[in-house]
Amino acid sequence: MSNPTGWKPSMEQGAAAAGPMGPGAGGAVQGIAYEEPLVFEHGSRGRCGVSLPAAPGPEVASDLPPALLRGGIEGLPELSELETVRHFTRLSAWNYGIDTGFYPLGSCTMKYNPRSSEALARLPGFAWLHPLAPAELAQGALELMWQLERALSEIAGLDATTLTPAAGAQGELCGLMVIRAWHQAHGNPRKKVLIPDTAHGTNPASAALNGYTCVELPSGPDGRLHPETVQQAMDEDVAAIMLTNPNTLGIFETHIAEIAAIVHAKGGLVYGDGANMNALLGVARPGDLGFDVIQYNLHKTFATPHGGGGPGSGPVAVRAALAPFLPLPVVVKEGETYRLVTDVKERPSTVGKLREFWGNFGMFVRAWAFIRECGPEGLKATAELAVLNANYVRAQLKGTYNLPYETDSLHEVVFDDKAQKATGVTTMDVAKRLIDHGFHPPTIYFPLVVHGALMIEPTESESRETIDAFVTAMRAIAAEAVAAPEAVKAAPLKPVRARLDETRAARKPVLRWTPGMKVE
Amino acid sequence: MLDAIGAKSVPELFRSIPEPLRLARPLDVPPALDEIALFAEMQRLASRNQVAHPPFVGAGCYPHHVPPVVDQLLLRGEFFTAYTPYQPEISQGTLTALFEWQTFVCLLTGLDVSNASMYDGATATAEAALMATRVTGRRKVVVSAAVHPEYRKVLDTYLRSTHDEVVTVPFGADGRTDLAALAGAVEGAAAVIIGWPNFLGVVDALPEASALARKAGALTIAVTAEAVAFGLLEAPGALGADVAVGTMQSFGNPPSFGGPAPGFFAIREPYLRQLPGRVCGATLDKHGRRGFVLTLSTREQHIRREKATSNICTNAGLCALAATMHLAFLGKQGLSDLARLNHGRLRLLRDALAARGVKPAFSGPVFNEQAFEVGDAEAVVSRLAKKGIAAGAPLARWYPDHPKARGALLCVATELHSPELIDLFAKAVQP
Repeated sequence: MSNPTGWKPSMEQGAAAAGPMGPGAGGAVQGIAYEEPLVFEHGSRGRCGVSLPAAPGPEVASDLPPALLRGGIEGLPELSELETVRHFTRLSAWNYGIDTGFYPLGSCTMKYNPRSSEALARLPGFAWLHPLAPAELAQGALELMWQLERALSEIAGLDATTLTPAAGAQGELCGLMVIRAWHQAHGNPRKKVLIPDTAHGTNPASAALNGYTCVELPSGPDGRLHPETVQQAMDEDVAAIMLTNPNTLGIFETHIAEIAAIVHAKGGLVYGDGANMNALLGVARPGDLGFDVIQYNLHKTFATPHGGGGPGSGPVAVRAALAPFLPLPVVVKEGETYRLVTDVKERPSTVGKLREFWGNFGMFVRAWAFIRECGPEGLKATAELAVLNANYVRAQLKGTYNLPYETDSLHEVVFDDKAQKATGVTTMDVAKRLIDHGFHPPTIYFPLVVHGALMIEPTESESRETIDAFVTAMRAIAAEAVAAPEAVKAAPLKPVRARLDETRAARKPVLRWTPGMKVE
Repeated sequence: MLDAIGAKSVPELFRSIPEPLRLARPLDVPPALDEIALFAEMQRLASRNQVAHPPFVGAGCYPHHVPPVVDQLLLRGEFFTAYTPYQPEISQGTLTALFEWQTFVCLLTGLDVSNASMYDGATATAEAALMATRVTGRRKVVVSAAVHPEYRKVLDTYLRSTHDEVVTVPFGADGRTDLAALAGAVEGAAAVIIGWPNFLGVVDALPEASALARKAGALTIAVTAEAVAFGLLEAPGALGADVAVGTMQSFGNPPSFGGPAPGFFAIREPYLRQLPGRVCGATLDKHGRRGFVLTLSTREQHIRREKATSNICTNAGLCALAATMHLAFLGKQGLSDLARLNHGRLRLLRDALAARGVKPAFSGPVFNEQAFEVGDAEAVVSRLAKKGIAAGAPLARWYPDHPKARGALLCVATELHSPELIDLFAKAVQP
């Protein structure tokens, strides 16, 4: 077979030596990229990119008050279909996705998004179903939701699941509302939520939105939360502890059962942020670990696409005692018929409604397809391969980069830039130089407990060859940091834009196009 | 790989999980399916949903033609398999499109600033109310009963946790917010929330309501679930709204049983520091070339944690991209045509029903959705369901005691409802 690009694996070794514009370890070179103005900057051309039935004239609005009408909106584009296709195709070429290359963004679980799931979510019976269609016209959708709820309860080791939250952060909000309602039903909603210093920022923000005060708990020198820390902070004003397990250092909270017992003994509940569920699928279940509530992120664990920032989906699983408080709707099966419970009269204890309609159904279809395609063995293999890949990265990069916690890693590993300190090269520089090699950088500067964190989550999707190429790039950058630190600091050189001035963006906000728009 | 790690087996990698805490059996989920079997099973489920006819129900989720080109572009992996654009140099595609989304939202709503999307219209409404309490330091919001009932339920849920008060004011026989009741309730309010058009399909009294709100020092929040209306109706920002929220589902996003869809959030500039959610801004790279980044993030949870303006993180980026694309294809002429087409189809529907003796339930002007007096609306819905048609939304579900709403069926007509189909529908409603 011919090799049309002329790229060969030996180029990996030469990545650093090839100079800044040579092929990176991931094979990244430069191709044709276009400067592309905003869709509004193409100018007025009098064109239109859609084909519609003939529209009636302005007289059609004769039954509306003239003062409430508007003419054509100045500023909207006037482009043909092809011009618009090229616009967005060119924009897409400025983007990096999982389909482009390795995307080891820690805690975000950037796994392959199966194309089959995309095709299935687009079946007309799913995509074109109206949320208020009578239940008899929507039995397939309701059955899918009912089955997905049960599967998610089983995977969590809990008793009931609501699919409704729109994303992980809304799942947190939902879980805390349920906890609050449960406490309220027992006479006292309580005042505080305990949150370790390794937590995602959404945890304290969700707690605050729920009217709770946050108490930050320090993690120990091994990166774990210790029972005595919880014991000290725990009292009868604490509604819940919010834990991510494995935590954001990729470390399993080994003391979880003891911590849960301490919290339960004082009448508190244990909330699990399920952002890192990929490490536990089929291996351990949050309910068995002592959690009372967890939220999933279908867009992480169950392979629904991240879409450049959503849509997500954040189902919440709970113990039976908390189930009456779950938000509406609830899917019920009566005989062979499915129905949505939407009336508070049928669920008097519910916390209410969290979003419009029933949830991000399009994501349910994709997640259910993923679960069905994996089956029980496949789900467990997902966790096993994700943990294997992360530990392989850890073994290969240890020594080159500083590992702030020697504690075992599960699905992700956190390094820092301490070993590069003398060179002046920082985590930010390493991240930007990785781009020139053809890789998406890891999550950086998070968790906050690690100064200059580089948080790497390879996921189960990646092959050893891909991970080896990434390791090669990381090593090449470490070597370059010593030999030519300025080159690393100048990165990235290959994308359509060099480092962008974020301070300028915040100091002089330009947040929309206006005619003659200037960025200065 | 295990050799490199120094482990003997994969299970050894899980040794940090105490043995008794591990699951000792396979998960009890259905067995794995190959792709062919998976498609057969999912086809079975999909075929149990009947979507042969475009639904005549809108009520917050609108059936519109999505040009196939939108979905083809959306399936470019560079877009849909990317994450939040934390690394702007390799995310200029997403960021540029978000900047375009923000611009479209501002142009349509007539306001100054938009964020990069919300979960949906309902949570956008609740977040707008919370923003208004922060801006004004007041703890009460006034909402019209003609705002989408689902949105009001979500508003209740959110404001119950923050201990803010929600006061609901009724609507009159014209389906417009009762302005006298509003005038009586607005004192000391952080915000007045009103639909544009409202849940009953009616073009509500936004100019009058916003004047009352301004006088009382409250913000006006205009809520729009059917964004095609922006192509015909005056922009909320031009009629006194300080905040416009809702969903752009109508552009580029099929109903999908109610989600996902892109919520939008637009404000007047002075409230910028209280805006929830991500915002994209223009800047320069180190060679002086224009580019885009996420900005003003000191408002957000990953920096401010419990002091953030919202807990929102992942939002509805891809849905916003779909809406951006559809709006770009439509453009100035297309949006205006589409809006007039929708209004024309509603008029056809109204005429077809009137010819069969079925009258509108409310006298106020409407855009593409209207409530009709059909008597037993649930019976009509059941009867049409047997023909595979989703007939409309019986308003008694949300307004059981309202004399006008009790026997009313809320119906929508869009470009998907041909004159022939409308005729068929009218005959089925009133044989």
